[in-house]
Amino acid sequence: MKESLLTGLAAIVGPRWVRHRRAELATYTMDGLPTHESWPGVVVIPGSRHELIDVMKALHASKTPFVARGAGTGLSGGALAEGNAVLVALTRLNHILSVDPASRRAVVEPGVVNARLSEAVLPYGLQYVPDPSSQTACTIGGNVAENAGGPHCLKAGVTTNHVTDLEIILPDGSLARLGSTHGDAWGPDLVGLFVGSEGMFGIACSITVRLEPIPPAVRTMLADFPGIRAASEAVSAIIASGIVPAALEMMDQSCVQAVEASIYAAGYPTDAAAVLLVELDGQPEGVAAEHAVVEPLLRAHGARHVLTAESAADRARLWQGRKKAFGAMGRIAPDLVVQDAVVPRSALPDVLDRISEIRDRYALHISNVFHAGDGNLHPNISFDRRNLELASRVREASREIMTVCVAAGGSITGEHGVGNDKLDYMPLIFDAETLGAMQATRRVFDPGERANPGKVVPIHACREWCASPAARGNGRQQHGSLAEVAHD
Amino acid sequence: MIDGMLARLREIVGASGVERDPSGLPRVVPDSTEAMARLFALAHGRNWRARIEGQGTWLSSDAPADFAVSTRGLDRVVSVSPADLVATVDAGVAMGTLRRRLADDSMWLAIDPPGRPERSIGSIVAAGTAGPLRQGFGPVRDHVLGLSVVTGDGRVVRAGGRVVKNVAGYDLGKLQIGGFGGFGVITELNLRLRALPRADQTLIARASRDHLTSVGRDLTEARLALQALELFSPAIAAEPDWILAARIMGTEDGVAAEARRLTSASSLLWQQLPVERASSFWHLSARAVLGGAVTLRLGVLQPGLDDSLDMLAATLDEGLITAGAGSAGGIRWSGEARIDALRALRRTAASREIPMTLERAPWAIRQQLGHFGAYREGVGALVSRLRETFDPGLLLSVALEGDGDAR
Repeated sequence: MKESLLTGLAAIVGPRWVRHRRAELATYTMDGLPTHESWPGVVVIPGSRHELIDVMKALHASKTPFVARGAGTGLSGGALAEGNAVLVALTRLNHILSVDPASRRAVVEPGVVNARLSEAVLPYGLQYVPDPSSQTACTIGGNVAENAGGPHCLKAGVTTNHVTDLEIILPDGSLARLGSTHGDAWGPDLVGLFVGSEGMFGIACSITVRLEPIPPAVRTMLADFPGIRAASEAVSAIIASGIVPAALEMMDQSCVQAVEASIYAAGYPTDAAAVLLVELDGQPEGVAAEHAVVEPLLRAHGARHVLTAESAADRARLWQGRKKAFGAMGRIAPDLVVQDAVVPRSALPDVLDRISEIRDRYALHISNVFHAGDGNLHPNISFDRRNLELASRVREASREIMTVCVAAGGSITGEHGVGNDKLDYMPLIFDAETLGAMQATRRVFDPGERANPGKVVPIHACREWCASPAARGNGRQQHGSLAEVAHD
Repeated sequence: MIDGMLARLREIVGASGVERDPSGLPRVVPDSTEAMARLFALAHGRNWRARIEGQGTWLSSDAPADFAVSTRGLDRVVSVSPADLVATVDAGVAMGTLRRRLADDSMWLAIDPPGRPERSIGSIVAAGTAGPLRQGFGPVRDHVLGLSVVTGDGRVVRAGGRVVKNVAGYDLGKLQIGGFGGFGVITELNLRLRALPRADQTLIARASRDHLTSVGRDLTEARLALQALELFSPAIAAEPDWILAARIMGTEDGVAAEARRLTSASSLLWQQLPVERASSFWHLSARAVLGGAVTLRLGVLQPGLDDSLDMLAATLDEGLITAGAGSAGGIRWSGEARIDALRALRRTAASREIPMTLERAPWAIRQQLGHFGAYREGVGALVSRLRETFDPGLLLSVALEGDGDAR
């Protein structure tokens, strides 16, 4: 890393917020995925929007690649930077800029922790719905980059359905304002394009999100099943009934046993092959009516018991087990690969059978905890990465699982993103032309390809799309800004 | 020259796939994504400018072009999966046809866009025109899982997938949804379906506009679970007063309870519509939007509704208007208007941070004003580059920005 760049960055954010000694960088060498490690050249931690803009301008001037990072809880190796890149940590940009209860909107900086936003709007009877399992640590900016989901996204949608307006800093340091507070944009849906672009289009410095009222009634059920297939079929039956639960989660026996042996024990029956957590919300009468439909469906599909949480404390306990399941799996082995794939819901029983078969063949410990209602699987492989032979089996088994999910008509990721972990899987679901379109789109935002280089799109698999003259920097058509139109 | 052009077009789509529109312009009707791709590759090589048409019920077919291309031939419901609640359909399929086909399997697509039942699903998605159900089920983009699009130079891009949750790669589909065809022609769509609700009730109330918007605020504050809460102007409702219509869906008991809460939460006299009347009420109001040559929407949230309706009345007229009285907001206006008045409205709306999108209008107006007009900071350059990426010759005859706004 050039000394002049370090000096320049230190002048912007203060020397304290530029980290370049090896011990300081260690924190930033991984995200939540233990199979990838990379040392950034330097970490810069801007403390304000202005500092962030100046940092981006400095990086542009020196043609330095950069990687934006939130809390580092990602699960696809998306926020890792190579030695020639600057890692821009956004954790100090952690202010909730405004809350408008009447319009049900909040404006936040990217480093605001997901759960903190919901806590902050609780006094208004509102919530921010997307709730990744890491919500007590992960940031809204990271959620935007990954288009994060969570258990309660079944009914209410994922991050992209809750972001209406973004102020972004493009890799050249210039600003763009995408979307609108309402959500209907001045122009094409660039918010939709930006959300989930994994930090490769620029950095969102101000994010307007939609808030939802906290439902007046919530009913959480725990159903346990003697077989995974029966539980999966119960999921299909609920979806087909027309009722969309707020959440519909499944855990298999391995996961349940890990949870019950941990401090997060939720009272799940450890002899069940699978448990379903079903949450209904809405107005009291509607919830009661849906409950009267769902409970018999669960029993008809073989549920041995259906327990309904009687109190808020019971409900919190049932959820704690689910949300902390990944942590509980730390008891099984030192490392955990949290896989992420999606299958059509009707394929769940067969795909889970295939995953069991792969587990046995590779002699691996796989625990399933996942968003069954939207077919979003998380087969979690516990292992010790120091055992290279075992690590190799984990890689092979992961690839086979992905292949099975894709063959069933699914996708290689439902909420964790591609990052560098799933780069090689992209050609399984996208043809060369479509990958080329992605690459060309990225170049619209980042002609120099300096933002989070090497992620998401496998360049070798892309059909070539010629960069437009404008993308090469000769923009021939410029349009007036809103301010100009408003006042001309 | 035109004979040579017709001959080349027939080579691509066969003799039956080429016709002449009333003005004599060649109109090509490809019957597959691949044929569409070959057509645009040819057109790009020859520098032929193309006008995109659907069923011809929404946007007038008047954009200047060397040839027209219709999605009418893309008319298959490719697959419907009740177990997964997903359908794959060609873009030219009419909304009414799709609705009937899905109902056979007790499913539906939870959108109620303005226009006639003949309007193609491709047109609805390309224009991003949501109806009153956006309150309960979100905008059009929330119902599209994946799509195929043919770019201006004949490439086929297949964005998204067929599963309900998917973050693999960039979300290229979003550019096409509401992109008005400026980035290619949508040829096929994977749609997220829902099981038909067990109960579906519509209640309406009549009163002054101010009273009804105030009730809308109260109902939102009371957090009623309404799938639609839409305000209709007297002209659109064909009634002396403004109408507020609420739609409630779910289980029988849940809907009945919500209807009781609705009637007790406001001082209005609510009238429950019988099933047949409710259905025709929503269909007629969707069609009524076609009553004017120009239709536009304003992205406004509920707290700004009264001011925005006043702004519309002052700048244009208080004619054919629908407005979201719930938390989703949004106003749609239809009528006759001069370019100057529309420009003034866009300018006033912009000064209040409200986007105005021109949904349909004669070409003379679209050309001057553009569907979007000018953009916010930094967006114009991005849109220009995106257009040149997905339509390198700028041969798709679509006016995203107006001539009057370009600098």
